Amino acid sequence: MERHFDEELKELHKDILKMGALAQEAIFKSVESLKDRDKVKAQEVIDKDVYIDELELEIDEKCIDLIARYQPMAGDLRFITTGMKINAELERIADLSVDIAQRALELSDKPLLKPLIDIPKLSHVAQNMVRDAIDAFVKKDVELAKKVVLSDPEADKLRNFVQNELINDYMAKDPNTASRAVPLLLAARHLERICDHTTNIAEDVIYMVEGKVVKHRLEELK
Amino acid sequence: MKMPKIITKNLNLWYGKFHALKDVNACFEDKRITAIIGPSGCGKSTLLRVFNRMNDLIEGVKMKGEVLISGANMLAKEADLVNLRKKVGMVFQRPNPFPLSIYENIVFGEKIHAEKIKKSRLEEIVEKSLDSVLLWNELKDRLNKSALSLSLEQRQRLCIARLIAVKPDILLMDEPCSALDPQSTQRIEELMRELKKNYTIIIVTHNMQQAARVSDDAGFMLLGELIEFGRTDGIFTTPQDKRTEDYITGRYG
Repeated sequence: MERHFDEELKELHKDILKMGALAQEAIFKSVESLKDRDKVKAQEVIDKDVYIDELELEIDEKCIDLIARYQPMAGDLRFITTGMKINAELERIADLSVDIAQRALELSDKPLLKPLIDIPKLSHVAQNMVRDAIDAFVKKDVELAKKVVLSDPEADKLRNFVQNELINDYMAKDPNTASRAVPLLLAARHLERICDHTTNIAEDVIYMVEGKVVKHRLEELK
Repeated sequence: MKMPKIITKNLNLWYGKFHALKDVNACFEDKRITAIIGPSGCGKSTLLRVFNRMNDLIEGVKMKGEVLISGANMLAKEADLVNLRKKVGMVFQRPNPFPLSIYENIVFGEKIHAEKIKKSRLEEIVEKSLDSVLLWNELKDRLNKSALSLSLEQRQRLCIARLIAVKPDILLMDEPCSALDPQSTQRIEELMRELKKNYTIIIVTHNMQQAARVSDDAGFMLLGELIEFGRTDGIFTTPQDKRTEDYITGRYG
């Protein structure tokens, strides 16, 4: 039986997808701006964030409204509550993209410290994770969500790699490199945090579909 | 630790040719509230009425299987039905006090069950029973007034007090709040939480939110079958059976 409620849930689903698309675009552009030393692109990411913030509030309000009016249960309840959480994670991802764009601005007038190798790799991992997490949400695909969760250690490894290299090979040897090394180190940190938030999204998707809590319980993934 | 109060084993019930309960296997735990939900005609009230053999009054009823209450099979020939109905009390949708005084309503059962009781003993029962449904302070000065002068909520409380007076173990409640407004409903629910410290409570309700709010365990019935039975938080967030999911999310039908 089709319910009027289903129409409202579809609208919510659409909004969360839109939020996902905006967050994905923000990561992509912020990483590009860092790689290409593109001030305009970086500024675009920063300027567009207010729309993402607005959409976050809108989605939140919609969720609270649906809970108040329909008192959802079971799958409906899991969809709305995880929708709220995913919404918050996506907003944080967009904020971290703004942080990356700010690092790009800081670096744009300075000569490049070193050719970027591992940061693009890390950003590749991050973008794939976000894409897969949103896909898993759309398709209610638990296996894909699990894949996202299991990709997170790769991001941590790359972040450590970047960090060790910048500290040991540059800052320890020549403290004058710090002003160019620290923004890169932070950018790696922002990307790694994006992966953490994406992992949360994937864990939420697993709860939404199966009602199973895998957060802080990695053994449940097997 | 599970403390079973009522266990049903392969319980079947027919009204003539109509198979109203089909192989119901469930365990109702002591000092907990269990809600039975399901669409009209699913057998939930029938199941409730099995527990104090109220269905016996209906012509053509046939039952098979076992209903163990505190270990004794209530469907057995030798089952003590008088004692059963004392131990298992029932509250109905419409509060149904006798057209007698508040006092007489409470002592009615005790007077039937025991031949000669001291007046002081009866007074003690009235105070205790009314106190346990939080009516004593409200009504102590007008115990001789007709029970029909009370509000609907007070009447429902009085009906619960009337049961408590004969010291039951189990309280069966069939839609106990459906005639009440939201505030009275909330107060009866609070009373149920209070009462479960001493009694096993089973409630049949159409109000899903009420079942979710008030119960510890819940069972979903459909066409005479107990489809799913478990802890309430699990049933309402992650039901295991698609039919339960469809019913509680309003997709059934």
